[in-house]
Amino acid sequence: MLSTNAKADRAKRTRLLSTLSQYGVLAALILLIVFGALRYTGFMSEYNFSTFLRYNAMFGLISLGMCFVIMTGGIDLSVGSVVAMSSVVAALLSPYGAFTALLGAVLAGALVGLLNGWIIARLGIQPFITTLATLLGARGLALLLARNQGGVGVDTSNTVFTWFGQGDLLRLPVPGVMMIVAFVLGAVALRATPFGRHALAIGGGEDASKLMGLNVGRIKLGVYVLSGALAGLAGLILASQLGAGQPTEGLGWELSAIASVVVGGTLLTGGTGSVWSTLVGAMLLGLIFNILNFENGKGIISLSPYWQSVIRGGFLLLVVVLQSRLARQKGRS
Amino acid sequence: MTAPTSAPPAPSGPLLLDMQHIQKAFAGVTALDNASLGVAAGEVHALIGQNGAGKSTMIKVLTGAYRRDGGSITFAGQPVDFASPLAAQRGGIATIYQEVNLVPLRTVAENIFLGREPRKWGLIQWPAMNAEAARLLTELGIQLDVKEPLGSFSTAIQQMVALARAVSINARLVIMDEPTSSLNEREVETLFGVIRGLKARGVSVIFVSHRLDELYAVCDRITVMRDGRTVYAGDMQGISRLQLVEQMLGREIKNAGAQTGFVKHKGSAGAKPLLGVGGVVRGTRLQGASVEVGEGEVVGLAGLLGSGRSELARVIFGADQPDAGELRFGGQPVQFRSPSDAIKAGLGFCSEDRKAEGIVPELSVRENLTLALLPRLSRAGVVDNRQQAEIVERFVASLGIKTSNPDQPIRELSGGNQQKVLLARWLAMNPKLLILDEPTRGIDVGAKAEIQRLIGELAQEGLGVLMISSELEELIEGCQHVTVLHDGKTVANLAGDEISEAQLLHAMAQGLEPEDMPRPPTPPQVRA
Ligand SMILES: Nc1ncnc2c1ncn2[C@@H]1O[C@H](COP(=O)(O)OP(=O)(O)OP(=O)(O)O)[C@@H](O)[C@H]1O
Ligand SMILES: [Mg+2]
Repeated sequence: MLSTNAKADRAKRTRLLSTLSQYGVLAALILLIVFGALRYTGFMSEYNFSTFLRYNAMFGLISLGMCFVIMTGGIDLSVGSVVAMSSVVAALLSPYGAFTALLGAVLAGALVGLLNGWIIARLGIQPFITTLATLLGARGLALLLARNQGGVGVDTSNTVFTWFGQGDLLRLPVPGVMMIVAFVLGAVALRATPFGRHALAIGGGEDASKLMGLNVGRIKLGVYVLSGALAGLAGLILASQLGAGQPTEGLGWELSAIASVVVGGTLLTGGTGSVWSTLVGAMLLGLIFNILNFENGKGIISLSPYWQSVIRGGFLLLVVVLQSRLARQKGRS
Repeated sequence: MTAPTSAPPAPSGPLLLDMQHIQKAFAGVTALDNASLGVAAGEVHALIGQNGAGKSTMIKVLTGAYRRDGGSITFAGQPVDFASPLAAQRGGIATIYQEVNLVPLRTVAENIFLGREPRKWGLIQWPAMNAEAARLLTELGIQLDVKEPLGSFSTAIQQMVALARAVSINARLVIMDEPTSSLNEREVETLFGVIRGLKARGVSVIFVSHRLDELYAVCDRITVMRDGRTVYAGDMQGISRLQLVEQMLGREIKNAGAQTGFVKHKGSAGAKPLLGVGGVVRGTRLQGASVEVGEGEVVGLAGLLGSGRSELARVIFGADQPDAGELRFGGQPVQFRSPSDAIKAGLGFCSEDRKAEGIVPELSVRENLTLALLPRLSRAGVVDNRQQAEIVERFVASLGIKTSNPDQPIRELSGGNQQKVLLARWLAMNPKLLILDEPTRGIDVGAKAEIQRLIGELAQEGLGVLMISSELEELIEGCQHVTVLHDGKTVANLAGDEISEAQLLHAMAQGLEPEDMPRPPTPPQVRA
């Protein structure tokens, strides 16, 4: 019958479009890499690759947490402050052993996440407001813990602590390895565990999910704890790289994380989400910085960091417009 | 009153579910007042009542979606107090809720298994889950790709998926709150098969529907609710249709002859043409659809599911652009770029999917009702509150919309009452042409007759109506002309005496195998 054919046709087109929007970012990333490789000497060097990964791993980690939060239809504005706070915690704990510091930083982040999740899930306060409040609160705590000094020095005799941010494992920077492991686990969690699937379901319809017997509160709590813990891990890396806990670092990082998720094709309204696209999105945004640095290095033009921000903003807008066009076509067909 | 007054006969077996003296109020509005419901093991129990009588609330109180204010619930011999739908599901109650059912963005298979996915070492077994989902649906006579998002399928398919979910939960009680509202005859028959199967396994079923025939076809016993109270409980066969409706409405029925509320006036032969649509083509769904509506005429648009009725309505209203074809309105060729163009020209469109395209859940009844009207109600951007209140009051009264006050958020209204608000929204616009897509779906018998009467009256005053309906009585008794679509093409135009059940069915089923022929539906209306 005709209508059956039409339906199959439509399904095929829809799938093609979603594949396109998924791989579109990947294609952009590859194009940018090829462009950089052809234009700049030293771009493809192991050194550039490793510093790039070392720095951007932190953004990757918080973007991963943000991806899960956004999937449920929420948002976590507190991650930037949490990174700063955890970096201070890590620095303070560094004299007591590297793993104590690791645990402390992750736990501190997770606690903020727990608070976020509890307020959002149990008290029913909007995520935007809740995490805006904890954004302010965590920043204040970071400054308090650092006793208002510029930063808290790390115990440099603790070589393992330094290794977390600056070391290598199998010729890869340790933060990069942490990020990759986190993303692999995240992808499995999203694809194959009830936690991931239910987070998606809640974002797609909270009332329906509740009526179908999902424990909505617990899942929500879970995604905010995850986001906080990952921000805590990023804080540890930051402290290790800077050799100090920096209460004033991480300003606006939450926005970069949101941008990565959106560029990766996840809708802010929730219900959809891809871990790998988020990784690609985070790397893409990082790469734009990297390329601009190289361009400045060539000395033909000289762009201030402010311009870089403008360019990243423009790029974000471009991606979002393209996405909504694709989505509209999907709706039409 | 003619209804039996003797004590209801005792149910055949021991009670599986016994709800007594249930109380529930929402912010001062009493939704349930000393309501009771008893369901025996292995019986199919009908729950019926007007829109807003409290049926869905009763169900949600049982499954823990709402906390009850008072009363007791006994299930399988134990007093129970389910804290959440999850707890009720674990306790052996599977529910298809009326309003929100599933998650459209997730796949069909996920929707069936959400919350109880087959797992191994904590990981979801996708192949097993997909295969099992496909098997469950095949049993219901549906073949589709279970890996597609649920939202890409029709409402009917979605209802069947909800059914598959409920059946696959090994429950002792399956609750279905208006599961048939979007189903066609054949799917309803499948559903009945499922219900009989459940019954044979000793599972009890609570079945809510506004279609009386369905109740008589499958139910053993019935509970009638009115204004939050249980007013009748007894054997299904022990109560006639007329008695049933009288119990529901709480008053005697006088006009029991006609099946619908329509008072058909003979359309004047020379009705001025209002809308002319010729040879509309759009994608694969519309392949040359035509229809004409004159001033003061009610024209029916008939066809099977997927025949392109709703698609044609969307094109006329400017929500979709046609690839080819011509549109005339009031004698002028027109092309509406968007619905707002169409509204300006004097069209109204009450869509079938009230959830997605109609109501704004957080806004009040007042705001929802006057949403499309606001530009006309305001001067320099300020809304004339008095006039707004007047209009709202008028329609709340004339359609019998059950609401505690006009400022109540519309999501708090019962399903049928939300539908009425939508209809009122377009009627308030005073349009020249009104397109109605299944205007009486999910509406109780009393209000249905009211709405049908209203449509007839408005037509008499000159309004042109294009009415999509799957209920043949509505088409036969309400329309001066009926246009029949098949696979996106206009295949018949019936007028006057040609509009009969046989003719309609014949035209609708063109090109179908005999087994695909829908059986003539039995009239859903009052007949003693
Ligand atoms: N969440 C809520 N808040 C306030 N009032 C509510 C809420 N839910 C239901 N009500 C009110 O309770 C009454 C009963 O509603 P209910 O949905 O149970 O009716 P129903 O019998 O299922 O009707 P329908 O046939 O239209 O589905 C209605 O008057 C409705 O307005
Ligand atoms: Mg209801």
